[in-house]
Amino acid sequence: MICCFDMPAWLSEWLAGIGDEFILNFVKDDRYMYIVKGLGLTLEVTFFAVLLGIALGIICAIVRSTYDKISVEMRPGFGKAVLSFLNAVTNLYLTVIRGTPVVVQLMIAYFVIFASSKNKVLVAILAFGINSGAYVAEIIRSGIMSIDQGQFEAGRSLGFNYVQTMIYIIIPQAFKNVLPALANEFIVLLKETSVSGYIGLEDMTKGGDIIRSRTYSAFMPLLAVAAIYLVIVMFFSKMVSLLERRLRNSER
Amino acid sequence: MNDDRLIQVTDLKKYYNNGEIRALDGVTTTIGRGEVVAIIGPSGSGKSTFLRSLNLLERPSAGKILFEGVDITSPKTDINKLRQKMGMVFQHFNLFPHMTVLDNMTLGPRKLLGMSKEDAEAKAMDLLAKVALQDRAGAYPNQLSGGQKQRIAIVRALCMSPDVLLFDEPTSALDPEMVGEVLDVMKQLASEGMTMAVVTHEMGFAREVASRVIFMAEGKIITDGAPDEIFNDPSNDRLRTFLAKVL
Ligand SMILES: Nc1ncnc2c1ncn2[C@@H]1O[C@H](COP(=O)(O)OP(=O)(O)O)[C@@H](O)[C@H]1O
Ligand SMILES: [Mg+2]
Repeated sequence: MICCFDMPAWLSEWLAGIGDEFILNFVKDDRYMYIVKGLGLTLEVTFFAVLLGIALGIICAIVRSTYDKISVEMRPGFGKAVLSFLNAVTNLYLTVIRGTPVVVQLMIAYFVIFASSKNKVLVAILAFGINSGAYVAEIIRSGIMSIDQGQFEAGRSLGFNYVQTMIYIIIPQAFKNVLPALANEFIVLLKETSVSGYIGLEDMTKGGDIIRSRTYSAFMPLLAVAAIYLVIVMFFSKMVSLLERRLRNSER
Repeated sequence: MNDDRLIQVTDLKKYYNNGEIRALDGVTTTIGRGEVVAIIGPSGSGKSTFLRSLNLLERPSAGKILFEGVDITSPKTDINKLRQKMGMVFQHFNLFPHMTVLDNMTLGPRKLLGMSKEDAEAKAMDLLAKVALQDRAGAYPNQLSGGQKQRIAIVRALCMSPDVLLFDEPTSALDPEMVGEVLDVMKQLASEGMTMAVVTHEMGFAREVASRVIFMAEGKIITDGAPDEIFNDPSNDRLRTFLAKVL
């Protein structure tokens, strides 16, 4: 096959071995499909978990920064009680989620909270989304706090109330400032979903592991899985840095 | 009641750190319709706090503020509605960087006054023409010079058709060569009868354009009078010392 120079015998043997390994792990019985289907699930869970995380994160960030900003000047009453309650719930959520490992949360979600559900994909999306929301909340909150106080004052002095000022003036700027950080959160989550196998979800990592258990050969399937994660992460990292550059050039 | 009195302030106090800092220590004054009131005084004398109390950006510790006869500090008053009638111009412009000049100007009228996009934009373009910036309607704030930004900030406030404009050191953040273009716009507004309260270090403007000058120190109004009295015959020692430093 490779003929243009004299190949040492050990090298050609080794290459032939690699070819056999490749066929055994990926081609035979269409085993590559474990990885392809797993990749699909990994991306699906990551994508919807990020969406859920962003929604939860925005809500928590608004509750917390609203509480920090206006509770001091609010008169005691129903509104203030509701806000204090929401703030306490938010803080509890952030503390618990950030203080425990995601894989434990995933197992609690599947074996305890949603024990009656057999929809592993949905449980994984919920667990990772709820987990991600706690981190996204801090990202968005830092984005809100990075907006100059003068922007609030300009909005309020025109006659906008607190919520309108948030919606029209603060959140759009905050969101734009933290877009790269949110994209990074997507990358982190993509890797974190690799523990989905703990609830028997056949994501890409689990797919590689299944091949390993069938072929008793760990090297190829696990390296293939690692390489695919790496390529995806590098691709998205590149996109994030392009995004950052575009945002920097656009204004401010 | 007397309709000429737009804003009446009675014994206004603002304390910080549980009364340790008395930013305003009993301010009483009246701003009449059509008046241009310049507020001068050393740094830290409470000028900004006074101005920002008028539209409740600062909540007073005590005292009363009537705007068009309505007590603005009362819990029953909808301050957001009243703020629509009180435009404010800031030292650092505070334009919305994520919006074009035109969107900066039409956001308030469209969302708060319920104006149609067409009407709001037509009004904004008229006002832009007034400050000779109609060709910058599609620009973003970061594409403008400081003087242009402040002129936009003024017409953004005017888009709400306010009854009074509050200025907090509108030219202090500008390069010297741009101060004139902003003061010219303010001068023109004054001549059209707009009521204005202007915290300023521009003594020339206070002398020429203001109908009244308030001198503040340590949270109090020390003297209050026509520009002539203040600048030509300062009877008060502190005022004399202050003027000697800034003139
Ligand atoms: N948020 C605040 N907390 C504590 N002290 C403040 C605050 N804002 C203003 N002050 C104090 O109130 C006084 C008046 O401030 P200010 O109204 O800004 O003065 P001026 O505008 O005349 O320079 C100053 O001593 C200032 O340090
Ligand atoms: Mg000031």
